[in-house]
Amino acid sequence: MPLFAVTVTVSEWFSEVANWMFLLIALPTLVGAWRTVTSNNIVRAVLYLVVSLAGTAAMFLMLGAAFVGWTVVLVYIGAVIILFLIGIMITRAPLGTDSDLSHNREVKTSAGLLSIVLFAVMALAMWDAFGMAMIEPFEPTPTSDLANTLFSRFVIPFEVVSFVLLAALIGGIALARKDDEGGER
Amino acid sequence: MTIVQFILVGAAMFSMGLYGVITRKNAVLILASVELMLAAVNINMVAFDVHLADQLHSGQIFSLFIIALAAAEVGIGIAIILMIFRNRQSADVDELNLMKG
Repeated sequence: MPLFAVTVTVSEWFSEVANWMFLLIALPTLVGAWRTVTSNNIVRAVLYLVVSLAGTAAMFLMLGAAFVGWTVVLVYIGAVIILFLIGIMITRAPLGTDSDLSHNREVKTSAGLLSIVLFAVMALAMWDAFGMAMIEPFEPTPTSDLANTLFSRFVIPFEVVSFVLLAALIGGIALARKDDEGGER
Repeated sequence: MTIVQFILVGAAMFSMGLYGVITRKNAVLILASVELMLAAVNINMVAFDVHLADQLHSGQIFSLFIIALAAAEVGIGIAIILMIFRNRQSADVDELNLMKG
């Protein structure tokens, strides 16, 4: 029994403007992801990650998940990328083009083969399960709905995540600070 | 919009992240590839949440948890890389062979 009966043909899919918008978002996302894992310039690789993450945020907005989308913008693009750039600068990685960021050709070939097989398996399974099933028409998710669920049904996981963040904060400081013996702490 | 278009983008991003984790030598870039994989999972979470019209919005809540844990992971990861760099003067994971017999 198919979960959702409403399907579209490929030509119907291309006649919808929202799908062209989707392609406009998806292509930079995938190109950004590809350049993130292949670029020979370490700073550029991280900046391509920004493109990719911005694409995912835009997809969340397309799906009506505004709160998650803007959280991605704030947390990933705002904070995590800065952390990456600081990490690059502190570890004094060569800032120009560097051919020593990736493994040699054999590793690349086998990794590429593995990724392609993984993608093929996932794509075929999903195509088999859903085909061209449409997403039912939906309203954008109100943030108040998310908040109500988060602070009622999911309040214990929420507190656990808060504790994990606190532990990560303390652990990060404890790991990263200099242990100079005899000096003042 | 179909459900499969979002899942395919997610699957492609996840596969590329896997490729990055395997091929990259620099520890910071391995972390970046892991972030790519987590973002791909988030796409699936939100797409299925909307597709199933979940009243509780569990998919979106889970993607928020994933984002928070990814941020914690990067913080700790960068701190560990920093410590390794202090001890070994390198962020190259191939040179971390202290435990090699």
